[in-house]
Amino acid sequence: MSPALQGLVTIIIGVGGCVAYFYFSNQLLDKVLFPPRGPDAGRNINRANAIRPWLFMGPAILALGLYLAYPVFETLRLSLTDRSAGGAFVGMDNYTQMAQDGKFWEAVRNNFLWLLIVPAMSTAFGLLAAQLTDRISWGNIAKSLIFMPMAISFVGAAVIFKLIYDARPEDVAQIGILNAVYLQLGGDAPITWLTIPFWNNIFLMIVLIWIQTGFAMVILSAALRGIPEETVEAAIVDGANPFQIFFKIKMPQISGTIVVVWTTITIVVLKVFDIVFAMTNGQWETQVLANYMYDKMFRANDWGVGSAAAMIIMLMVTPILVWNVYNARKEMR
Amino acid sequence: MDSIAGKKSGLTWAVHISVAALVLLWIFPTVGLLISSFRTTDQIVTSGWWAALFPAVQNETLRTADPDDFRVARDGMFVVEGNLYVVDGSVDDAADVPAEISAWGTSSRAIDDYVAGDTADLGDGEMITVQSNGDYVWVGDEEQLSGRGQRVFVTAESPPEFTLDNYRGVLFDPANREGMSRAFMNTLTVTIPATIIPILIAAFAAYALAWMDFPGRALLVAAVVALLVVPLQLALIPLLSLHNDIGIGKGYLGVWLAHTGFGLPLAIYLLRNYMVGLPRDIIESAKVDGATDFQIFTKIILPLSFPALASFAIFQFLWTWNDLLVAMVFLIDSSGETTVMTRQIVELLGTRGGDWEILATSAFVSIAVPLVVFFTMQRYLVRGLLAGSVK
Repeated sequence: MSPALQGLVTIIIGVGGCVAYFYFSNQLLDKVLFPPRGPDAGRNINRANAIRPWLFMGPAILALGLYLAYPVFETLRLSLTDRSAGGAFVGMDNYTQMAQDGKFWEAVRNNFLWLLIVPAMSTAFGLLAAQLTDRISWGNIAKSLIFMPMAISFVGAAVIFKLIYDARPEDVAQIGILNAVYLQLGGDAPITWLTIPFWNNIFLMIVLIWIQTGFAMVILSAALRGIPEETVEAAIVDGANPFQIFFKIKMPQISGTIVVVWTTITIVVLKVFDIVFAMTNGQWETQVLANYMYDKMFRANDWGVGSAAAMIIMLMVTPILVWNVYNARKEMR
Repeated sequence: MDSIAGKKSGLTWAVHISVAALVLLWIFPTVGLLISSFRTTDQIVTSGWWAALFPAVQNETLRTADPDDFRVARDGMFVVEGNLYVVDGSVDDAADVPAEISAWGTSSRAIDDYVAGDTADLGDGEMITVQSNGDYVWVGDEEQLSGRGQRVFVTAESPPEFTLDNYRGVLFDPANREGMSRAFMNTLTVTIPATIIPILIAAFAAYALAWMDFPGRALLVAAVVALLVVPLQLALIPLLSLHNDIGIGKGYLGVWLAHTGFGLPLAIYLLRNYMVGLPRDIIESAKVDGATDFQIFTKIILPLSFPALASFAIFQFLWTWNDLLVAMVFLIDSSGETTVMTRQIVELLGTRGGDWEILATSAFVSIAVPLVVFFTMQRYLVRGLLAGSVK
């Protein structure tokens, strides 16, 4: 069966199955198990209403539990066992083995660099773009163009930026804009930008900054529009200049949104994989945790160390997870 | 701010210019790839894509036809006539010459001595005239017009030239060397069920979390928020083993299930937030009229939630279309029959690293669909982002 046809059948079975499940389970509940008739009508309605939420949520809870909750614990278990020894419990062996691997520390160091630079730069550019575009007539078009990279895959972006960083031998025309500009400005010889340790990390980060700025801009622009006019007007009346208005009046009022944007991008950064995988594959000291983990799991087939690396990523996400849950619960009250 | 204060300052201009600079900086990389995908291999390797936007100025050394074979006697002199580009072999007919000669010369030391239409005096009555399209008339006596043709150094300007050949090669070449047309179909096969199925499951759950009272509801909402940020990296090995154990293995079913699972937290979160905001009166009066929860959901909540459903659908579509990791782990087996576009492009980066016409075109084929979705449905995307920016 051709994949397209298979896909169509799956859509029909999947969607039809879902609809059938919800419909018939509700019918079963209302018509057969607890019909709202007869002597127990009142009690049956209550019983049915107590069960119904779980019918509605059943598939979702099953999927979430199986595909997200269970793996957290399973990965923890795998990180404490050794696959080659038949899954025997080895305590912290995988973690100590990982701690002795230079590549791991390189990945940790790079991840911290990413965490420092990418959210800061994306938020800063996003804020700049939001503030500037809110004030001009063609602002929406400008926004839409800056936002566009959001739709581009990390792999597509990797190709786009590989062309920018491309280096050719000195005696032929440069087709990478960076080297062309560099030579115009008096550089001696074309540089293969992605192979200079440390700086190549920055060149990879630029790709993610380019993608995430649009996201930051959209959220922050909405926050800026939410600022009450009166506060700005009052500041103008008091003689504040545009910079004072921005930094002293607007910034404090959107600080909450800035934090949200920052943490959201932080999570994207922690999971960053495709960009590094497609552009350098962790060579030339550009390794990051997610790619290190992939290397260990699927190239070296070392599930123990790979799971340990995944747990490190989980550990780094946990503070944000706790903070998000805390805020969500506060909002619900 | 300026308008509020009632004054337009020089700052407004600064804003316009900065925004223009920012926008140019942001679209510049994509435009580079787009333009490269319309250039021929030769053009790509000989000049940067930015050069394609302007008429290319080229210095060439051309030669007239061999006088021994082509000279004709006229008025006591010998004449060789023709077109420099036809002699060169770059075009078949003088009418097709793409370039326009602006300056030319007969010595390598002075290649721009004459402009088009000028006649150069080569001494002792020998003369040559070159027109802007490369037509020349070379006049001299028998001795002067012998041996090899006269060298002419031309400075020519050819207009920007673009081709669709790359797209023809990548998408419609029956040999399908780049594997992109198959990868395109595979990506589509992954994406559509992986977008539709989670919506349905999430919508029911979101309704329960928003409008039904039951113990543990707050806890479940908190769990959904927590699962929003759980890195899917953790799920790779446990789920792959699970899929292998229950006999799904690597394949479409596995990748659909995985995308469904990974997309659910955002779906439930977005839809619940939206549904909570729907007016309570509608739902309560429907209940009073005897509607069941199932009817309320399908007849009232679902239609009203269309904007939120659309937001999530776009997110999930972009995410599954652009995904690399999940497809590599759950779908692509060693046969490579089920490869998706992102994986294929990474493959091409490795094997065809220098062939930018292939890379640029393949990348653009995979970027094009999300871009169309992005520009047509941007409104919903922004709304979804604003509602779900916890992720």
